[in-house]
Amino acid sequence: MANTEQVKLLGFWVSPFVRRVEWALKLKGVDYEYIEEDIFNKTSLLMELNPVHKKVPVLVHGQKAIAESFVILEFIDETWKQCPLMPQDPYERAMTRFWTKFAEEKIFYAAWNALCSLGEEKEKAIKLTVEAIEKIEEELKGKQFFGGESIGYLDIAIGWMSYWLPVWEEVGSMKIVDPLQFPATNSWMNKFLKHPMIKENLPPRDEMIIYFQNRSKELASKPHEWFRTP
Amino acid sequence: MAEVKLIGTLASPFVCRVIWALKIKGIPYEFIEEDLSNKSPLLLKYNPVHKKIPVLLHGEKPVCESMIIVEYIDETWQQNSLLPNDPYERALARFWVKFAEDKGVSVWRMFRAKGEELEKTMKETEEMLQTVEEHGLGEKKFFGGDNIGMADIAFGSVIYWLEVIEEIVGERVVFEAHKFPRLHAWIKNFKQVPIIQEHLPDWDWMVAFGKRRREAVLASA
Repeated sequence: MANTEQVKLLGFWVSPFVRRVEWALKLKGVDYEYIEEDIFNKTSLLMELNPVHKKVPVLVHGQKAIAESFVILEFIDETWKQCPLMPQDPYERAMTRFWTKFAEEKIFYAAWNALCSLGEEKEKAIKLTVEAIEKIEEELKGKQFFGGESIGYLDIAIGWMSYWLPVWEEVGSMKIVDPLQFPATNSWMNKFLKHPMIKENLPPRDEMIIYFQNRSKELASKPHEWFRTP
Repeated sequence: MAEVKLIGTLASPFVCRVIWALKIKGIPYEFIEEDLSNKSPLLLKYNPVHKKIPVLLHGEKPVCESMIIVEYIDETWQQNSLLPNDPYERALARFWVKFAEDKGVSVWRMFRAKGEELEKTMKETEEMLQTVEEHGLGEKKFFGGDNIGMADIAFGSVIYWLEVIEEIVGERVVFEAHKFPRLHAWIKNFKQVPIIQEHLPDWDWMVAFGKRRREAVLASA
């Protein structure tokens, strides 16, 4: 069934949450209009389409607006059936969702906190990130991708690690994904980045470095909670 | 069909969600009570990553994280569906499940807080309630429409436990009926659904148990 309603994506150039959605759309060959949103100067369009969180990404399909990157990914997978991202089997799906949640909570937010913290707090956050990656390393053993032979939902969910994390390591002078300690993760990161739909769809690295240098300095100087949005 | 077991404790709002899902679907299961102060080898074996309850065992396969378990149950046993068929409606349900998961933490934090920290968590809870009141239900009886669905299960435990926790904490009530008329009507309807009514942990028991727990938590803080 061809889905002919217009697709729009509200995003922010450096957001890994937005890129996830773009990777899914590209892998499925879905045409969409990209609308850049300045998250530091939010438009009334964004407020209208995502009144609850006022954040990107927001996917608009015809008249329907969907927010939250993982919710959007499942919507995309259910609406456009080609190149399925989630596995079919309910148990495999549960495992995919489990590791997606784990990676987001224990790797993404820990690494982000490591970048935006100083001293003891930074060291603690780095340690937690590394411990979490140990679990992911186990999951990858014997596989090309988390999805098996080809990219799947979990690869897209954790794909930010292959590109954003090395930038954060550089900006924050941190060593997190040691190739000797994490050979499977390292190999996966390289394979993921080489995929044609991924490598054509990444923000420019030099601009990312500048952005995260500024952002991390700004956030490090403020009193903060453990999780803060990038 | 392989045997179903649920490892948990009866006072847990997360375990409750799974029990509701199993009961709605009519799935027989064995409940294995866990002592969280002395975690069993079974729990450590089947949830090595988080070492938390609930854990569902389907045959030998463990599933962890309450709403992931609920979704697994919904996909494995198709009767009495907890999600609508339409992808957009499903996305809305998942959005609110995620909201309950992310923002519901302020309620659990209230239980463990006092003084300034307590006031802060109460404000956060109030904001969470305001958002759901304004954007969540619309004119629907339940998040799931005429019948309860996944988002009702997710929020049901958050709001029922909020009511219990407010009773236990004994400060000003955040969840006031005149401020949150839609949510008050919703939780009343939710608690009256026969399956839920039968499987809602007893109020007096929860308050008594919770008061002792809170004392212990605050003493060791």
